[in-house]
Amino acid sequence: MTRTRAQIAAKTPEWRASRAGWLFIAPAIVLIGVFFFLPVGASLLLSITDFDLYAIANPANVRLVGTRNYTELLQNPTFWLALKNTFYFALIGGPLTVATSLGAALLLNAKVVRFKTLFRTIYFLPFVTTLVAVAIVWRYLYHPQYGFLNYALGAVGIHPVDWLGDPRWAMPAIILLAVWKNFGYNMLIFIAGLQAVPEDLYEAAALDGAGAVRQFWHVTLPNLAPTFFFVGVVTMIGYFQLFAEPYVMTTGGPLGATTSLVLFMYEEGFRWWRLGVAASIAFLLFLIILVWTAIQLRLERRLAA
Amino acid sequence: MLRGRALRGLIAACALTACRGAEAREQRITLRFWAMGAEGENVQVLVREFEQLHPNVDVRVQQIPWTAAHEKLLTAYVGNVTPDLAQLGNTWVPELQAVSAILPLDQYVAHSQVVKSSRVFPGIWETNIINDTIYAIPWYVDTRVLFYRKDILAAAGYDSMPQTWAGWRDAMLAIQKKAGTRQWAIFLPTNEWMQPVVLGLQNQSPLLRDGGRFGAFEEPAFRGAYEFYIKLFRDGLAPVAGNNDIANPYQEFARGTFAMWITGPWNIGEFRRRLPPEMQNSWATAPLPGPTGASSGVSNAGGSSLVVFKGSAHPKEAWELIEFLSRADIQRRFYHLTGDLPAQIDAWQDTSLAGDPYLAAFYTQLHRVRPTPKVPEWEFLTSKIIEVSERSIRGGLSTDRALTELDAMVLRILEKRRWILSRAAHAPGDTAVAVKLR
Repeated sequence: MTRTRAQIAAKTPEWRASRAGWLFIAPAIVLIGVFFFLPVGASLLLSITDFDLYAIANPANVRLVGTRNYTELLQNPTFWLALKNTFYFALIGGPLTVATSLGAALLLNAKVVRFKTLFRTIYFLPFVTTLVAVAIVWRYLYHPQYGFLNYALGAVGIHPVDWLGDPRWAMPAIILLAVWKNFGYNMLIFIAGLQAVPEDLYEAAALDGAGAVRQFWHVTLPNLAPTFFFVGVVTMIGYFQLFAEPYVMTTGGPLGATTSLVLFMYEEGFRWWRLGVAASIAFLLFLIILVWTAIQLRLERRLAA
Repeated sequence: MLRGRALRGLIAACALTACRGAEAREQRITLRFWAMGAEGENVQVLVREFEQLHPNVDVRVQQIPWTAAHEKLLTAYVGNVTPDLAQLGNTWVPELQAVSAILPLDQYVAHSQVVKSSRVFPGIWETNIINDTIYAIPWYVDTRVLFYRKDILAAAGYDSMPQTWAGWRDAMLAIQKKAGTRQWAIFLPTNEWMQPVVLGLQNQSPLLRDGGRFGAFEEPAFRGAYEFYIKLFRDGLAPVAGNNDIANPYQEFARGTFAMWITGPWNIGEFRRRLPPEMQNSWATAPLPGPTGASSGVSNAGGSSLVVFKGSAHPKEAWELIEFLSRADIQRRFYHLTGDLPAQIDAWQDTSLAGDPYLAAFYTQLHRVRPTPKVPEWEFLTSKIIEVSERSIRGGLSTDRALTELDAMVLRILEKRRWILSRAAHAPGDTAVAVKLR
C-alpha cells in the first residue's frame, strides 16, 4: 500500500507541532473572525449599497451603488465639519488627557504624598461613573446663568461664557469634560509604569548631580516610553470615536460645533436610517484611525531606535 | 366588626372572580401602548378608566422620551417588537407607513360611532391619509400662530393684527421705526424650518411636485414666500438669531426685544407663568396672516396621532382604546391633564377651552391648517431647508442660488423614492410597494 503525501506529512513531528499550535490559537482566530473580520466585511459591503428605510420595508429595495456613498460624503459639508471637530477634539483633548494623567501620576508617585490610595481612588472615580449621570452634573456646572464655572469666573472678573450654547466654547467644554472623565485610567497605567522604574537609576542620577527636572527628562521619561506610547495610542483611538459626550451634552450643536464623526454616523444611520451612508462613514473613520495609529507606531519605533 | 367586613369582602371578591370564571381569565389581554413625554405620563390616569370599562384588558403604557422616540419606533419595527399601539408625531406617519409597520384603519373608522373624519379638524385628519387610506387617528393637535405684544402694536398705530402679508409687513415696519437698538418687530428662529415652510404653504406651494418625486422650491409659489421670509431679515425686522442665541425668549419678549413670535400652544402656559404680572394684559395671539388675506393664512398641521401596529395580536382592543381616547369628554380631560389641544372639535365646547381668549386664535387657525408633504424623507428634507435658509440669512446666499441648491439636494435625496415608484410602475406584479408609497 502506498501512502499519500498528506498521510506521510501527517506523521511528521513538525506537522504535529504546528497542528497543536493551530489548535491553540483556533479559539482566538474564530473569535476575531466572528467579531471583527465578519462585521468589518459586512459593513464594507453595506457601504457600497444604498441600504435605507425602504430596504427595511423590503430587502429587494437595496441596490449596489459602488463608491457613490463615499463620493457624496466627500462633497458633504457636514462630513468635513464632523471630521474637523473630531480632529480638534482628538488633537487637543488627547495630549491634554495624557499630560493630565502623567501629572497626576507623578504627584501620586512622589514620596512626600500621603494617603496615596485615597487620592488614587478619588482620581479614578470619574472614569468609572456613568457618563450620562455625570453629564447632567456638568450641564449644571456649565449653565450660563447659574453654573458654578461662570460663578467662579465672575469672582475673578471674567464675563459669563455660554459654554454649551456658543459654537466657539462648546468644544472646549466637551474637551474639559472628557479630560476630567478619562485621565484617571491613564493615570493608573502611568503609576504602574513609574513604579517599574528602578530606584538605583535615580540614585545614580542624583550622584551625578542631576536635579529633579533633569531626572525627569533623562530617567523617568525614557523609562516610561513604552507606557507613554501605549497610553497615547489607546487614548487617541478612543478619542477619534468621540460620541457619548456631545450626544448627551449638546446633541452635536450649536451650529454643528460638536458634531463628531461618530455622532454624524449615528444620525445618518439611526435618525435617517441611511445605513449605507453610515457604514461608509464608519469605514472612513476606520481608515483614519488605522493610518493615525500606524503613524504613532512608526514614531515610537523611530524614537526607540 | 372589621373582621366581618373583611371576610364579606373576601367572599364577594371570590364570587366575582368565580362568576367571571376561568374563561375570562384565559382571555386576559395585555395591550402595550407607547406614548411620549408628558403625554405618556398623563395618559396613565385615563387608561386606568379604560381598563375598568374593559375588565379583560390590561394596558401597559410605556413612556418614551421624545428625543429617543423616533429611533426606538423604527428599531422596534426592525427587531419585530413593536407595541400594539403608539403615539406618533403626525409627520412620522408616512415613514412608518412606508415600512408598512402600521395598520390601515379605514375598516375601523367606517364602523365607528366615535371616530369620524367630520369631527376632527380637516387639515389635521388629512395629514394621516396616505394614498386615500387613513393610517392614524389624530389625538391632540398643534399648530403655530402669532404671539404678539398688543401694546407695541398699538403704539405703532394698529389696534389689531393685519391679515395680509402686505399689511403685516407694514405693521412690522411701523414697529421697527419706533423700536430701540437691539429691538426687532419679530423673532423668527433661524434654525427652524417651520417659518419658511408655513409661508410656502400659505403661498400655495406644494413644496414637492409629481407625487413627491421632486422639489418644488424653485417654483414661483415657494420663491415668493422665501423672498418674503428672507427680506424680513435683510430689512432688519427680525434678528439674525437661532433658538440657542436667545437664552430666555420670555424675558426678551417682556423686554420688547421682539414684538411678535410665531410659536405653538405650549407657550400659552409658559407666557402665563413666565411673563411678569404687569405684562399679562399686554400680549395676545392671532391666526397667521396670509398673502391674500385671512383665508390664505394657513399654518402647519402638527400634533400627535395614534396608530395600531401590524404586528399587534389585539388590533380590536387597540382600536377600542383609540376610540376611548377620542371621546370628547376624555379629550377634554386630557387637555386639563396636559394642556394638549383636543383633535376632536366637540371637545372644544368645554368652557375652559372656548372661553380662553388666547386659544381662540388656535381654534380659528386649526380650521386652516395644511399638511406638509407625506413622504418618509420629509424630516430629512427639513434639515436641508434649515441648512439653506441659515446660509441665506447669515451668509447672504442669494434666493436664486439657495433654492437651486435646495432643489438639487432634494433631487438627490428623493432619488431612491423615484426609483422605487418607477420600478413598481413598470412591474405590475410588484405594485404593493408603489401603492404604499404614493
